[in-house]
Amino acid sequence: MHRTKGYIRPLDFVGGRIEMTHGSGGKATAQLIDELFMAAFDNEWLRKGNDQALLALPPGRIVMATDSHVVSPLFFPGGDIGALAVNGTINDVAMAGARPLYLSAGFILEEGFPLADLKRVVESMARAAAAAGVAVVTGDTKVVERGKGDGLFINTTGIGLVRDGVEISAERARPTDAIIVSGTLGEHGVAILSARGPLGFESPIESDTCALHGLVAAMTDAVPDIHCLRDPTRGGLATALNELAWASGVGMNLVEASIPIRPEVSAACELFGFDPLYLANEGKLLAICAKGQAPTLLEAMRAHPLGERSAIIGEVAADPLCFVQMTTRLGGQRHVDWRRGDQLPRIC
Amino acid sequence: MKYIDEFRDAHLAGGLVDAIRRQADSRRRYRLMEFCGGHTHALARFGIDALLPDNIRMIHGPGCPVCVLPIGRLDSAIELAGREDVILCTYGDMMRVPASRGTSLASVKAQGADVRLLYSSADAIRIACEHPGREVVLFAIGFETTTPPTAVAVRQAHALGLRNFTVLCNHVVTPAAMLNILEAPALRETGPAPVDGFLGPSHVSTVIGSRSFEYFAREYQCPVVIAGFEPLDLLQAILMLIGQLNEGRAQVENQYRRAVSREGNRKAQALVAEVFELRRLFEWRGLGEVPYSALKLKERFRAFDAETRFGLNYRAVPDPRACECGAVVRGIKTPEQCKIFGTACTPESPIGSCMVSAEGACAAHYAYGRRRPAREGGA
Repeated sequence: MHRTKGYIRPLDFVGGRIEMTHGSGGKATAQLIDELFMAAFDNEWLRKGNDQALLALPPGRIVMATDSHVVSPLFFPGGDIGALAVNGTINDVAMAGARPLYLSAGFILEEGFPLADLKRVVESMARAAAAAGVAVVTGDTKVVERGKGDGLFINTTGIGLVRDGVEISAERARPTDAIIVSGTLGEHGVAILSARGPLGFESPIESDTCALHGLVAAMTDAVPDIHCLRDPTRGGLATALNELAWASGVGMNLVEASIPIRPEVSAACELFGFDPLYLANEGKLLAICAKGQAPTLLEAMRAHPLGERSAIIGEVAADPLCFVQMTTRLGGQRHVDWRRGDQLPRIC
Repeated sequence: MKYIDEFRDAHLAGGLVDAIRRQADSRRRYRLMEFCGGHTHALARFGIDALLPDNIRMIHGPGCPVCVLPIGRLDSAIELAGREDVILCTYGDMMRVPASRGTSLASVKAQGADVRLLYSSADAIRIACEHPGREVVLFAIGFETTTPPTAVAVRQAHALGLRNFTVLCNHVVTPAAMLNILEAPALRETGPAPVDGFLGPSHVSTVIGSRSFEYFAREYQCPVVIAGFEPLDLLQAILMLIGQLNEGRAQVENQYRRAVSREGNRKAQALVAEVFELRRLFEWRGLGEVPYSALKLKERFRAFDAETRFGLNYRAVPDPRACECGAVVRGIKTPEQCKIFGTACTPESPIGSCMVSAEGACAAHYAYGRRRPAREGGA
């Protein structure tokens, strides 16, 4: 039998807006999927038109991670919610030392959201996924009434494969281990801050959003026995270190002068009273490994384009209280505590 | 960072620390109060406490505007925020402060109250213009640094003839509180306040001038050194205080000359004098009632006074009995000498005023300094 589709006016990606029918599961939903999501993410799994993706996974251990993105504003210097949604989940998967394989994407759209903006976001996701070599194999779209959402929220889930011999986990930090960061801190936080209107401040700083699995692969090639990896997103370096210290039952001693921070970020922090150690990053990671392997790991990180400014910033210490402490530039001592409250809400 | 890194130079700081160690007389104690929460925060953040010899003790004073605001005043703001017709405008650091009955501005906002976060008092005027049918209340708090912007907003509202803008005024003044620390009725029970000298506030002094502290230094024979916020500022000011104490002088000295003059900012002073007058009595959380220590709107601007407009009745709410904040901000106790510090009272669930803001004496100590052995407290 020959199937014919009746004529449907193509979506207006210039002046059109999301309507409730785009989420109703009917023709309008199908059209949105066809003309936007399929066109951007096109791959063999989506082409089958199923509600799920059938994946033939290679043998081995699989990791899975999910992340919802509610960043405001949706577009900011150096990125947008789309790139963030892809890179954020890839990085969560990669922090187990895994090679990311597949992603899902769920969209919650607010009635009235401009189709032009949605197209821009989806194409940005597709670019980020293609750059990372990861396919978006299944998805979902829902629409909520005007006033019940804030434009666009995106959830992504990813799975990846961990190779044998890699055992990266938050509870593996041991006294005398070295603490390494992959580059300068706080840029995503400052980029979001500058994109928010009321402060009226302009900054040359762009978000550092990027996928880190390539860097992680280079690191596990050089030193398979990395003890911990974490991407210091919300809450920044300070929060990530406190989480690891708590999970491992150890303390940490940092050296402030060795922590890489760009002067523009420091300046913005001075101006607004933020502490860069608590600002979000979307393209940096934190690694903990045995002291003896730290030079090899650092060398491998610095050889990778995303780790050129990697630095050893401190070491793990025995401490039943699990305090993260820091020798300040002046030679004084301070405690780097858990973050309290919101330094900046809706950062990713 | 130009103009900042110079004031954080580790080599120069080392030289100042050496000089402090040389000049501090090992046979005596130096009990120095930094009045201002910004100083407390900077001392903690740069780890300066740990660099000082053991016989110099820094006492964290009450100069944190969020901390000293009495719960009863916050209750008034929350009462107003609960009204259908009100948009309550507040600075962000008030949002999480616990009020009576387990409420906070954040909790009533979550329940639907229209609470807006401001970066500037000018935003409140803009909101009032945008919403002529709503009552826009500016929840004004702070020391002499934040008073002039509130005065500007009131003048602007007056000039625009705004009928839907009012100020819930909680502005306080520094010198009166410093007097109270050295001479309050509460001290009759505890003995003289254990403070030998003050680091004077920096931003406050840019407005009111260093001369505002001259009466205090002379009458109470207590040296004051106005200090900047950077590590070298603080170390140099501590060195200057030690010099005064060693020589038996009690003067106002100005370390922060790049920003503070003896006269201060006359324009800002005139603006404040035009709009505000002193209240006879105002309650400070931690210190209790302090005479002539806060401001209210003058008669001419009474139409913009939220207390008058909404007929608010102030109800004082005492701090829990176990809380030792009053003794902490007077230097009589260290945070660790309070039984509930770090146990029942933490930054996540603050009980006393010193824990409610990052600049509070207890919160700063909790966040940055818990690891160091506690220094002796008391007189």
